[in-house]
Amino acid sequence: MATETLSRERVLEIIEECGGDKEHLLSILIEIQRECRRNYINEASAKVVAEKLDIPLVQLYDILTFYAMLETKPRGRYIIEVCNNAPCYISKSHVMAKFLRKELGINFGETTPDGMFSLQYMPCVGACNIGPVIKIGDKVYGNLNEDRIRKILKELRENAQ
Amino acid sequence: MSKTIQLLTARCGKIRPDSVADYIANGGFSALKKAMSMAPMEIINEIIDAKLLGRGGASYPAGKKWKQLYEIEGDPKYIVCNADEGEPGTFKDKVLLEKDPLSIIEGMAIAGYVFNSHDGYIYIRGEYREIQKLFQAAIDNAVKANYLGDNIMGSYFSFRVHIVSGAGAYICGENSGLLNSIEAKTGRPRVKPPHLAEVGLYSQPTLVNNVESFASVPQIINMGGKAFQELGVEDSGGTKLICLSGNVNRRGTFEVPIGGVTLRDIIFDPEFGGGIPDGKELKCYHLGGQSGPIGFPEQLDTRYDHTSLKKQGLSIGSGAVVVLDDTVCIIDYLKKVSEFFIHESCGKCVPCREGNRQMYMILHKFATGLATEKDFERLERLSFTMATASSCGLGQSASTALDSCLKHRREEFQAHINGICPVCLNSRKYGDQYAY
Repeated sequence: MATETLSRERVLEIIEECGGDKEHLLSILIEIQRECRRNYINEASAKVVAEKLDIPLVQLYDILTFYAMLETKPRGRYIIEVCNNAPCYISKSHVMAKFLRKELGINFGETTPDGMFSLQYMPCVGACNIGPVIKIGDKVYGNLNEDRIRKILKELRENAQ
Repeated sequence: MSKTIQLLTARCGKIRPDSVADYIANGGFSALKKAMSMAPMEIINEIIDAKLLGRGGASYPAGKKWKQLYEIEGDPKYIVCNADEGEPGTFKDKVLLEKDPLSIIEGMAIAGYVFNSHDGYIYIRGEYREIQKLFQAAIDNAVKANYLGDNIMGSYFSFRVHIVSGAGAYICGENSGLLNSIEAKTGRPRVKPPHLAEVGLYSQPTLVNNVESFASVPQIINMGGKAFQELGVEDSGGTKLICLSGNVNRRGTFEVPIGGVTLRDIIFDPEFGGGIPDGKELKCYHLGGQSGPIGFPEQLDTRYDHTSLKKQGLSIGSGAVVVLDDTVCIIDYLKKVSEFFIHESCGKCVPCREGNRQMYMILHKFATGLATEKDFERLERLSFTMATASSCGLGQSASTALDSCLKHRREEFQAHINGICPVCLNSRKYGDQYAY
């Protein structure tokens, strides 16, 4: 279950679960981020990882800011990622993007005031055969239209309660 | 007669992907057995005879790569599989990873045997988290059945495969960036030379191949290099998975013998794309992902093989075919491509980091009717600078799509200067929401 902040013990556990060495750094960071309710990696967790894997904190910060999937600032409970690459674009992803902005009342890169949804762009997830697509967590939703998006948002809101 | 072929995809969807028993029942691991009775150089010769061109995008001859690594001394050598499939419009590796992971493992194990390597890494992009889990299950099952791990099939050969996850960086698909990423660094490419065959993962000699290339290796061993080559054309053997997306009736992945179809077949044949939906006309098609060239209707009769496409200034690249209908404005599309490269440039070298931004801005001038004749010259010069002075393949190929449009559709650019592009006047109602 996602929590507000991860305890030091839990971070150490995740490191072990993911293999416990430097090679698995990115999986470790992704797992930490998934368990954090606000979908980010805070400084305390980053320090534990840096110390345990013997990586300078500054190098870890470089990594956290380099990879698009990792985030160092709090985000919403659910992150709605819209593919804005060319194959989805010609399947009218920009129309979906506009609809999502209207429906959630936020711009890309922002989080709804209740902390429920963040909206952002993502690069291609290899689902161009069902474009336009959005991704929420690990799940990719394709062949979207306005009704389908409304339904997805409704389900997520209900789930969270 | 069907124009598709089922070679790499023969097992896809027919077996439980992580089941070793299902895999063996359908011819799996026979190539590994056969390979382990052959001398390493014999195997490399088969791959050279097979004329297997790398399937990741650069189309470098795999046999040559293997031979070079074989001739380099060093121990240990590492085997790395590039499964960081981030090229927009490409989803072929996903099919193989998801539906036939053991064929990739078998290909990597054969490579491990050739180079007497004990560790193989597969770098799977972070977005494919479910696939990573499935792949791990496949590895575990292969280890249990002794096709992987210590003393494979009772021999002295031991080989392990480790999964490493990416975290959303297109640049990590560049082989040296990928190795940096495995080493827990940021995935910025290295300066080459030295080549990865000499100084690769942890500074050791390293083989990096694409998923589809590794999946082809067991086929080559089983049927022999010559037979594999004969499936394709003289200088490029085997089959290719193509990924069709965009404005076509049937989108998806298809396997074709190289040179066995034309571009027209791919887009219009009912067995493949089945034409353009809603009665629209074909405008152009983008081959090989964002870094590939754009083809036009007059080139449709080109055969889909490396040499024929090259003569037309086109390329296979990753196998992506993104089809655009006549409601898409070329400038608008190129802006989208450019936006992608601005986002994905790692920022290490100036021609790519700044060049893509400038390219976007000049294209934006065209889109808004502010461009002049001088901007043609600026674009051409910028494109040349980026292609020659960028440090890695990302920057070098970022302007490929622009180049082919400037060559074949200069009049569309001109129309924007004159302010009479009918296509984008219609689409402008969506507003310019992506401007940087």
